[in-house]
Amino acid sequence: MAIEGADLIKAAAFIGAGLAMGFGAIGPGVGEGFAAGKACEAIGRKPEEAGLLTRTMLVGQAVSESTGIYSLVVALLLLFVV
Amino acid sequence: MTLDIPTAVKLASYAGAGICMGLGAIGAALGEGYTAGLANQGISRDPKRSGEIVKTMLVGQAVAESAGIFSLVIAILLLFLGFPTTSMVSAMAFIAAGLCMGAGAIGSGIGSGYPGGEACLGISRQPAVSGRLTTNMLIGSAVCQTPAIFSMVVALMLLFLDFGKAPVSPTWAALLGAGISTGMAAIGSGLGGGMAAGACCQGIARNPETTGQVTTTMLVGQAVSQTPSIFGLLVSFILMFKSYPEAATLAAPMALLGAGISMGFGGIGPGIGNGLTAQGAVTWVARKVEASGVLTRTMLVGQAVSQSTAIYAMVVSLVLVFVV
Repeated sequence: MAIEGADLIKAAAFIGAGLAMGFGAIGPGVGEGFAAGKACEAIGRKPEEAGLLTRTMLVGQAVSESTGIYSLVVALLLLFVV
Repeated sequence: MTLDIPTAVKLASYAGAGICMGLGAIGAALGEGYTAGLANQGISRDPKRSGEIVKTMLVGQAVAESAGIFSLVIAILLLFLGFPTTSMVSAMAFIAAGLCMGAGAIGSGIGSGYPGGEACLGISRQPAVSGRLTTNMLIGSAVCQTPAIFSMVVALMLLFLDFGKAPVSPTWAALLGAGISTGMAAIGSGLGGGMAAGACCQGIARNPETTGQVTTTMLVGQAVSQTPSIFGLLVSFILMFKSYPEAATLAAPMALLGAGISMGFGGIGPGIGNGLTAQGAVTWVARKVEASGVLTRTMLVGQAVSQSTAIYAMVVSLVLVFVV
């Protein structure tokens, strides 16, 4: 099997896409879950503030999500653009 | 040095057995240690109940041990079964089977330890509900074992399906990807399910009259925590059963390996995150059962967001398998 330059680059881009999305998903998943867990605890303490707490949770999760989206963008760039 | 096929396959099955048992021993041991630690704490609180607490500890540890036993079974099969050695693909299938089972046992072993420990501690706090605590411990830790069972299913398929006629490249990468996908994704789901189950046992010991509602919330939370490992299983099945044309390039196998890596590692975080969310919700349903509606709703919203990265990982995997 002769490996040429273009093939090698494609192979690296594919494995890179898998690595980017796979490892990139660990942090946001844990972080968002942690935020949601703490939000549940806070709602348990003060159920009447559920609306405000849910809103804050979602904003916090959205920020935590950003690195997951960066990973997705990098993975898609590696798959379709590079 | 040239490597003939029988030697390579033998080498791979021995290496696979080592990886399988080495990784597989981590989780069960940690989980059982945690159970024993909390059991000691419970006995120091109420030494008269030591008999009952030790009994519960042993039952809880036995469930956590099952993940380790699955790994032992796969390792022994790899060592002694003497598989037919027709193709280099088998060598990669055996390494993948070991990796899948070994990694898959980590989360379930640790996760099953949480409910066991909390049940032991709970008996010292509320001896009157020890039956209910044991039942909940068993339900919770049984759910924790499902990711390890998924891993065993994939490992057994990798061992016994005949890949002999498939082209070596890219099938080797598809099989390795299949092992990584289910094995790694199982880590998060096993741990996450355990967090929810531990909070459930703790909650019942604190407030026994909420048992029904707490168990329901635990099961819903655990079910969502299991989804990343189900995604992992799905990607593994696709990788194992799709038929591939002979590939002369390096890009084709790397795309399939990348698909497995993306889904496998991508499933770890959301599994743990969903478990953390369920832990918070279950803890507070037990303390304030009248808020269980809003808590369950918030838990599901939070878990859905945490799940999103697992879905991204699955999308990237499917693109790598079917599009590029």
